[in-house]
Amino acid sequence: MKTLKKNFLEILRYPSAVIGGAVILILIGIAICTVIAIPYQKAITLWRGGEEIWYRNPKNAAPEWLNWFTSKKKPLSFVINESEGNLVKVVEPEDNGTNHVTLTYTFDYNYDAFPQEIALYFTAKYDQKQPFASLIWKTPDGRSIQFGGFGVSSKQTYRLSQDFNLMNSMGGVNPMEGLFTGIDSREPVKGTYQLIVNGITFEKDDDLNAEFVLQGQLYGWAGTDHMRRDLTIALLWGIPIALIFGLVASLGTLVLTMIIAAIGVWYSGWVDELIQRITEVNLVLPFLSILIMVGTFYSRSLWVILGVTILLSIFTGSIKSYRAIFMQVRESLYIEAARAYGASDLRIIFRYLIPRMIPLLIPGLVSSVPTYVFLEASLAVLGLGDPVLPTWGKIIDDAWVNGALYKGYYYWILEPAALLMVTGLAFALLGFALDRVFNPRLRGM
Amino acid sequence: MTSEVAVGADAAKKKSSASTLARVSRYVAVRVVTLFATVVVGVYLTIMIANMGGYVDQIMRNDIQEQVIQQVANDPAAKKMAPDVRKQLIEERVALEVKRRGLDTPVIVRNFRYLINDLQLNLGFATLMTSDSGSRQVRLIILERLPATLLLMGTSELSLFFFSVFLALTLSRRYGSLWDKLTIALSPTSAAPAWFYGIFLILIFAALLKVLPFGGLVDTPPPSNPIDFVFSVLKHLTLPAFSLIISSLFLSIYNWRTFFLIYSSEDYVDMAKAKGLTSRDIERRYILRPTLPTIITNFALLLISVWQGAIITETVFQWPGLGRTLFRAIGFFDTPVIVGSTIIYAYLLAITVFLLDIIYALVDPRVKVGGGNQT
Repeated sequence: MKTLKKNFLEILRYPSAVIGGAVILILIGIAICTVIAIPYQKAITLWRGGEEIWYRNPKNAAPEWLNWFTSKKKPLSFVINESEGNLVKVVEPEDNGTNHVTLTYTFDYNYDAFPQEIALYFTAKYDQKQPFASLIWKTPDGRSIQFGGFGVSSKQTYRLSQDFNLMNSMGGVNPMEGLFTGIDSREPVKGTYQLIVNGITFEKDDDLNAEFVLQGQLYGWAGTDHMRRDLTIALLWGIPIALIFGLVASLGTLVLTMIIAAIGVWYSGWVDELIQRITEVNLVLPFLSILIMVGTFYSRSLWVILGVTILLSIFTGSIKSYRAIFMQVRESLYIEAARAYGASDLRIIFRYLIPRMIPLLIPGLVSSVPTYVFLEASLAVLGLGDPVLPTWGKIIDDAWVNGALYKGYYYWILEPAALLMVTGLAFALLGFALDRVFNPRLRGM
Repeated sequence: MTSEVAVGADAAKKKSSASTLARVSRYVAVRVVTLFATVVVGVYLTIMIANMGGYVDQIMRNDIQEQVIQQVANDPAAKKMAPDVRKQLIEERVALEVKRRGLDTPVIVRNFRYLINDLQLNLGFATLMTSDSGSRQVRLIILERLPATLLLMGTSELSLFFFSVFLALTLSRRYGSLWDKLTIALSPTSAAPAWFYGIFLILIFAALLKVLPFGGLVDTPPPSNPIDFVFSVLKHLTLPAFSLIISSLFLSIYNWRTFFLIYSSEDYVDMAKAKGLTSRDIERRYILRPTLPTIITNFALLLISVWQGAIITETVFQWPGLGRTLFRAIGFFDTPVIVGSTIIYAYLLAITVFLLDIIYALVDPRVKVGGGNQT
């Protein structure tokens, strides 16, 4: 206990260890919050969900905070429906059972660029005859543009940019630009806009509702990908996955390596010989190729890959260095004493041999975490990431496959890359300091 | 790898009656046999995994079935045939293709046939992949990709090695200096793999600055003028090579530096300093000489690591090297190519290890050969 405390105080003397440790603690904290806030199943449904979950989001939108750094503000995304935004619904019944439904959406638009898309998601209740809707667009400078005029089915999407009549009436300009530009400028007019839906329902109990969605060029804290998904989910869920994968792989590998090395040294003879031969065979095996093969042929599940990674990492060069240390430990007096009092083989291995190695193990444990974190990302970049889980590697892969760098969606790659880098560096920094604390031979250097 | 080399002097004394030649040849023989056995087992395991004990067969059979049905459906002559004639035609063609790919023999038999052929470096024919010249020979597929990999890996690994050893020597001479501290501070950056830096380099130099290409080996179409061609290749080589170098440079310098420092804190180095030798002499005689075996080992292992290529970096940069070919082979379930690549690596590794063992045994006086009996 005393040496532990001494070691701990010693570690605090290294600024790199303090920084690294703090970052790791923060990451663990975020990971726990994420898992509680977005449970596993929910994260997967969200990440695997298609348009019906993410239809409100723009495609490939950069994060909102980019606006803080530019003078030209890009439009954010927002929604107007019954629960949020300024929507006024007026129903005027007429004698013959028809109703006039007027939906007025009012919003401020103070941006210097045009939105990606404006869409109305209609829901209509009718028996036989479809309700009819026409639209009026009112700009801050007092113009009003009429368009639309269509029957609304029970669930219908109307995208303004896809309306070719509207486009033609504006002289072939994309409606997203045409609706916002002034009479003789190419810049969007700032101010309060209104979109009015004039609906007519033809039967007594009919109803017409619509959700107004403006998909801007920016979205949320992390932006969105090509499937409109909010990257925040994958970035946040990437933390627990990366930490678990890294820690389990590193811990599993080191502990198993140590146990096997200890068993080999203790029993010596053919056991030791076998372990040595297996190590040599493993050197011949192509590690990454085998992982890729397992990913391609057997299963792309993260946990299978994790198991294979551990299995292949046991019999490597480190088993030889452990063996060399155990050889020295085996000759020490206290082992002799344990033998003399009649301790069993297993007792000696697990009670006397292995505990001696634990201090040596800790730095290696911490500093090999980044390797495995990046390994998961590497496999994902090869397209072998877990098909279900949202991970950082998956984001990079998606971004890469969809040409994010060619198209200029830099945030898409930089966000997961930054998180990978921070995680990797934190463990590397801490491991580095631990190595100096626990391996006194390096301390002077 | 040197477990058979007994360092202890007692054992050597017992056998001192035996002639040196007999001892060395016995040692060599044992070493050759163990290494060969290692290669055999390693390659057999790879074959097993690459075949997945028959699962790949099932995939390929289904594939063939589908392809043949497609082919027959697209064949105008077959459209006029009666359904049962067409069905028979499909079956015949499937059987033919199955036989061509050797799927009609049991997996175990096939695995051993692969093993024996491959051990003789008779790499056979790929099931699906072809070389650019259109050949299905695994040997040609691999040979065609070899120059690109040698160029990329050779450039980056060699410069990495010499850079880091040279810089490490310089740093070890004045450790504690600002540069030394900077190297230590930067060494954790090596936690990230090369492709990771590659993405950043592409972002900066290809996407933002537009000075270097995104990937590939040469411009398309390749310049006809040889000088332009070389220049174009160099331009394409810069980013992948640089990302391979940068990803391990600092850790490599740090490791070598620590290694040299351990040797320069030996007593005989202090003695040499006390004698007043120049630091150049000390470096050459007292630091580099005892560390030479390690340097040679590292260099040799580095040379053979070139063979495997860098699967992910090559994929990210679309570099047409062995690594990317191997990745594509796995995607095509093309066992012969996978195994072919593995066996050559295994042989290279075994030969290198063997040569290193022999060289040590002959050169290093501390290693006594063949004296030990294994326990």
